[in-house]
Amino acid sequence: MVKLAEWQGKEVFRKYGVPLPKGAVARSADEAEALVRAGTVPLPCVVKAQVLAGGRGKGGAVRFASTPAEARAAAAAILGLEFKGERVKVLLLEEKLALSKELYLSITLDRSARLPVIIASARGGVEIESVDDREIDRQHVDPFPGLTAFEKRRANKAFGLTGGAAKSLDLLLEGLWKLFQAEDAELVEINPLAIVGDGLVALDAKVIIEDDAAFRHPEYAEIRDDRTPLEEIAREKDIAFVQLDGNIGVIANGAGLTMATLDVLKEFGGHPGVFLDLGGTDDPRKVTEAFLLMAQAKPKAVFLNIFGGVTRCDTVARGLVEAIHQVPAADRFPLVARIRGNNETEGIEILRAAGVTSTPELKQSAQAVVAAAAGRPA
Amino acid sequence: MSVLLTRETRVVVQGITGHQGTVHARQMREFGTNVVAGVTPGKGGTTVENVPVFDSVREAVDGVRANASCIFVPAPYAKDALLEAVDAGVRLAVVVTEHIPFHDMLVMYHYARSQGARIIGPNCPGIASPGVAKVGIIPNVVFRPGRVGVISRSGTLTYEIVNGIKEHGLGQSTCIGLGGDPVVGTSFVDALPLFQEDPDTDLVVLVGEIGGTAEEDAADYIARKFTKPVVAYIAGRSAPPGKRMGHAGAIISRGKGTAETKIAALQAAGARVARFPYEIPDLVAEIVQHGARR
Repeated sequence: MVKLAEWQGKEVFRKYGVPLPKGAVARSADEAEALVRAGTVPLPCVVKAQVLAGGRGKGGAVRFASTPAEARAAAAAILGLEFKGERVKVLLLEEKLALSKELYLSITLDRSARLPVIIASARGGVEIESVDDREIDRQHVDPFPGLTAFEKRRANKAFGLTGGAAKSLDLLLEGLWKLFQAEDAELVEINPLAIVGDGLVALDAKVIIEDDAAFRHPEYAEIRDDRTPLEEIAREKDIAFVQLDGNIGVIANGAGLTMATLDVLKEFGGHPGVFLDLGGTDDPRKVTEAFLLMAQAKPKAVFLNIFGGVTRCDTVARGLVEAIHQVPAADRFPLVARIRGNNETEGIEILRAAGVTSTPELKQSAQAVVAAAAGRPA
Repeated sequence: MSVLLTRETRVVVQGITGHQGTVHARQMREFGTNVVAGVTPGKGGTTVENVPVFDSVREAVDGVRANASCIFVPAPYAKDALLEAVDAGVRLAVVVTEHIPFHDMLVMYHYARSQGARIIGPNCPGIASPGVAKVGIIPNVVFRPGRVGVISRSGTLTYEIVNGIKEHGLGQSTCIGLGGDPVVGTSFVDALPLFQEDPDTDLVVLVGEIGGTAEEDAADYIARKFTKPVVAYIAGRSAPPGKRMGHAGAIISRGKGTAETKIAALQAAGARVARFPYEIPDLVAEIVQHGARR
């Protein structure tokens, strides 16, 4: 998931004609003051921390200013704040508008219906999860024929808009729909969408771009999302790698088997720290890379749970043994293996020669790794 | 005996000249599948594993009467490959390819549906009916002909479960790997009616995971219309919210798609939900021996 910060989302909005407040980005208090003095950002204005976490308003990361000095002070107060683990480095300054109402509008995927869905509510400015379902309008849009006039009329009705504001919503929806498809978005959300005079203005922007579409969107390649550095390296090597808050590393093949392995460990009192899905591979080098990556996460113990189907057990064993040789003795950790399936006997033999025992039962091996992570004998 | 596949299923492998395509074309043949053609644009006239290769699906349909496709084409070209297959008259397509953007899949799904074609996948291991045919990549060795139907969102976990069923001396009617993506061509509610209608399936194993509401939808269907026993398992009880757990579709977002709600829905519908994957074959064997308690 490439999650765009508000200012990045608004740059995308601009390309698709979504109306925005006048504003600009600043990275220092000096810059913030200068933007206001130059009139680039009209006064009064709002100064907003550009972090991905929600609830910025309550966290003191959104402030108002009516003079250049106040803008400077607000910027200085927000920059450097640590907000839910994310340091504020960028600010968005925007004119403060006189709005008459706040709406909610988004387009996302309805997985069950296998259709995009427009979600509209006249109760904007609050988290949509807190709004009564009866006050939320959800309508599917079929990719064939795409967004239609009657769907736009329905959205206008949900918002209670007529006249100029309705016209404004028609154009905005067209832009948002185009954006959703052309930018391969998983979510475009405007909350709040403000009624200002007889028009609409997007006061916030939340845009999430789909990872799998990265091949046709090089423009998003530089945008950091919420991956950890190790997760980022894993992604480049095409290894599914998720860091969790426990201390046991799990290497398995297939997302389902890896998840199931974490669940079993947890049942036996263990705390999974890394989810590593090898996927299907017939290259021992990929296994070696994966294991070395795991070592970098400094787990207390590692559980290797492989069912050889498309992947062969001996391939995994070879890659693993090579990796063990590369990890310095001081950095090694207890390793519990369970490898079954295709070429199982060869795999078990290769591991045994390297001093790793494979136990066939999931329950016993899970208990052994939990004990090892806790520093107890199995 | 089987759902979706018959002995008349004639498979064209799209992307047969790639490594995966070649390996699995051979394994499908070894399973007994009629692999009649391969397609790789520009490689028409050659052969792979003695299978004739054509430049287009249309030529494979016209030339050797292919009626099902197995797609290994890389993600950026997979949409076109599927549209081509459906356009050529193929009515069953297994899309193995991973990492297809869901916007592409929406187009693939709705076009296929408009033409009366079914997609299995994407990002899936495919379908296998022991003794009949296999379209996809599920390892041949885990199977044994029998009367247990299997529907799953995962790959390797399914192989292990299917293998466990075999080790209990039981066998499978058909196993369908639905795929791990947020948008799949065939979901649990699409697959369950096929097993309901299949006289050779006595019970169904349903393997789900976190993300989306496919299992809740399945539970609703099971409660209303499904009369055969169901054994279920849901992976991802320990998964944190907001993280994609290997599969693009395996994510708890905004509080939706947790294992707890899925397990509760399936239990309420009368399914036996296993706590551990290794309990599934035991539960299956118990139902086979003593009948279901529903």
